[in-house]
Amino acid sequence: MSAESTVTQETIEQPNPPLTPRDRRRNKVTAVIGLIVIWVLLWGTLSWANILSGLVVALIVLAVFPLPPVKFSGRVRLLPSLRFVLRFCYDLVVASAEIAWLALRFGHTPRSAIIAVPLRVTSDLNLTLTAEALSLVPGSLILEVDRSTGTLYVHVINVRSREEVERFRRSVLELEARIVNAIGSPEERRRLAEPAPNTPSTAADVEGAAR
Amino acid sequence: MTVVAVIVTALLAVAGGLTMVRLMRGPSTLDRAVATDVLLAVMVAGIATEAAYSRDTTALPVLVVLAILGFIGSVSVARFAARKNNSR
Amino acid sequence: MSVDTVLDIVAAGCLIAGALLCLAAGVALVRFPDLLSRMHASAKPQVLGLLLVLVGCGLRLRTGVDITTLVLVGLFQLATAPVAAHMVGRAAYPDEQIRTDLLLTDELAAHIDRITQDRQRGAAPT
Repeated sequence: MSAESTVTQETIEQPNPPLTPRDRRRNKVTAVIGLIVIWVLLWGTLSWANILSGLVVALIVLAVFPLPPVKFSGRVRLLPSLRFVLRFCYDLVVASAEIAWLALRFGHTPRSAIIAVPLRVTSDLNLTLTAEALSLVPGSLILEVDRSTGTLYVHVINVRSREEVERFRRSVLELEARIVNAIGSPEERRRLAEPAPNTPSTAADVEGAAR
Repeated sequence: MTVVAVIVTALLAVAGGLTMVRLMRGPSTLDRAVATDVLLAVMVAGIATEAAYSRDTTALPVLVVLAILGFIGSVSVARFAARKNNSR
Repeated sequence: MSVDTVLDIVAAGCLIAGALLCLAAGVALVRFPDLLSRMHASAKPQVLGLLLVLVGCGLRLRTGVDITTLVLVGLFQLATAPVAAHMVGRAAYPDEQIRTDLLLTDELAAHIDRITQDRQRGAAPT
């Protein structure tokens, strides 16, 4: 545990600051509650015996497998979360239908692309959630995550032109904005409003794509 | 409901057969891992359909196990393949 | 028409749609040209197809204990599928199994060496 935490504190600087004891306690409580919920769902009935045995199991699990430190603003905004979930379901249905159609249409080989998307909010939590949401939707796939620059490398299927690539890149950034609006801290939401900085990695990308 | 069960079974059987084709043809280990994942999803769909058709819930815990098993399987195959690439 | 009949019909629709997605994934697995496109195909029955089938199953069973089990299956699948896909994708990328002639652009190629070096220096597990 101690070796792991020193490594993470060295490699990440601004976006993932070390946790205060208060954050640590809150994370632990959240994890315990989540594990108890899963335990109760597994048994299927809500009773005191289930909740107490779940508490024991959750404490043992957290003692044996401690969680990595995650910075969370601690507030979930209801309306943006709902918007994120609804939009996610919509994307899921549309993308699934598209890929199914692509598979059933004969005599056509789909073209794809690998795109670098530098995210604006580079905290671990945001990076993970955006990557998960992207991966769940068919048609986009996370190949690699660069934690030091907060860049996702996404494989997209069924793109035909540079314009579609750019449109997809914008849609990833919109997805990130929806997630940050739902659970991000006020400071992170401010960063969304600023124009995206032109990092040196994007310059290299254009160069790499031109060949 | 019987008609629905027959249709779903037929669709799933064809899907499983096609997945088996990919499973046999390969060409790489990772292709087979992906195909196994899909086969597992087809199996989950089949078991859930059976449970829905007969209103028999004894098989439902199997679904939980399968959902976790698929994850563990493909992650371990992926790690194995990655290590092989690195040592080369 | 009673509520039960309506629920049964919706459940049947969900089950058939889920099975159709599985079939489309099977076809895509055979037809798509390389590993990464096939992985897109596999995401379909694992996420939307499975959710539809679980919803159909839950609508038909309609008892609390079973629905909690189904919710749990869905949660596990949603949490684990992207991780597994990411692991497979990462293992596949620097290898030769990708049809680069079908790629419109590859913005990872210029960075992959630096990223793997970073990771090895950070002693993160590969």
